[in-house]
Amino acid sequence: MRKTTPSQDLIRGIWEENPVLIQMLGLCPALAVTNSVKNALAMSAATFFVICCSSVLVSSCKRFIPKEVRISAYILVIATFVTLADMLLQAYAPVQHKELGAFIALIVVNCMILGRQEAFSAKNNVYRSLLDAIGTGIGFTIALIMMGGFRELLGTGAFLEYSVFGPNFEPWVIMVLPAGGFLTLGFILLAMGYIEQRKKMKALMAAEKAS
Amino acid sequence: MSDQTLFSIFFSAMVVNNFTLAMFLGLCPFMGVSARVETALRMGLANIFVLILTSISAWFLNTYILETVPFLRIISFIIVIASLVQIVEMVVKKLSPALFRQLGIFLPLMTTNCAIFGLAIFQTNRGYDFMQGLIFAIGAGLGLTLALVLMASIRESIEFSDVPDLAKGTGLVLIIAGTLSMAFMGFAGLL
Repeated sequence: MRKTTPSQDLIRGIWEENPVLIQMLGLCPALAVTNSVKNALAMSAATFFVICCSSVLVSSCKRFIPKEVRISAYILVIATFVTLADMLLQAYAPVQHKELGAFIALIVVNCMILGRQEAFSAKNNVYRSLLDAIGTGIGFTIALIMMGGFRELLGTGAFLEYSVFGPNFEPWVIMVLPAGGFLTLGFILLAMGYIEQRKKMKALMAAEKAS
Repeated sequence: MSDQTLFSIFFSAMVVNNFTLAMFLGLCPFMGVSARVETALRMGLANIFVLILTSISAWFLNTYILETVPFLRIISFIIVIASLVQIVEMVVKKLSPALFRQLGIFLPLMTTNCAIFGLAIFQTNRGYDFMQGLIFAIGAGLGLTLALVLMASIRESIEFSDVPDLAKGTGLVLIIAGTLSMAFMGFAGLL
């Protein structure tokens, strides 16, 4: 296993191994609830809560979980915290809860959370796992807000329901519809690919100059 | 209890609110196994099978067991789905080892396939009865298969076309999916 420092555990999930944009995990909520920034925030908060709690619990109980049934055990842990998150949202943010609907329950099947348990929490101590979970959660939040921001801005001409472009703006309705979700993520990925390519070219040029 | 007609449930689940293209459920296999039409079709059929089983068991759970403890719904659904997938995996392995190898990791991953879990949750939230749930599952399964096969055929036919290096891979698949989703929006007027 690769040795990493605690700060690397935290930072890695935010950009370098961003769960949504690089690893393509947890696409379902990333596309389904990002038609406005508010929904994206509520979803990220719930997911953040679930991933942190389950990482802590899984890493502290890893000695007692038999290897053969570990996946089911992780799923059970995650399902418990999702139920909690569902109830909390229902109590404190009923409007968002109604808007997100079944997608809160669908956090259970977010591959990102299960993936982190299996890949990290099961092998590391509580402190490291918490850092990793926080990093992944922040990465997820950034990706969701990015998607939600683009879609709300173009689809309704507003950001967090504050009008940005004024009343004369003709909204691109397609962006808040499902098709817009696919297109937004597709174009974000293209842009990221372009940036990566530029970086590689620059590194290559620098290497050539040096030799 | 929902009073939608069976036809409208079926048609809505299959094309108008297609699970993959309009509700973003089951995207993992949609991205992962949509490179070949053959595999996509088989994956779709396996999905239909699991969806139907899930719908039936979710209905039984809801009606007979979870009535008094609705907060246990998420946990009990996921356990039932996990065991169902395990059974299907064993059956497929026994009956068709070739298919088992082709589907690879995506078969056990069906446990965390949003489409299956989503079906159970949506069916409960909308209050479908047994028959409505069954039709909903069949429609959703056919819709998933349709989306998978469409995607796979598009990907097969653009395999040799000249795509910029940048766009190869997931970016391209997502943009094609966006276009497909736009096309499916046209069905919205049907219901």
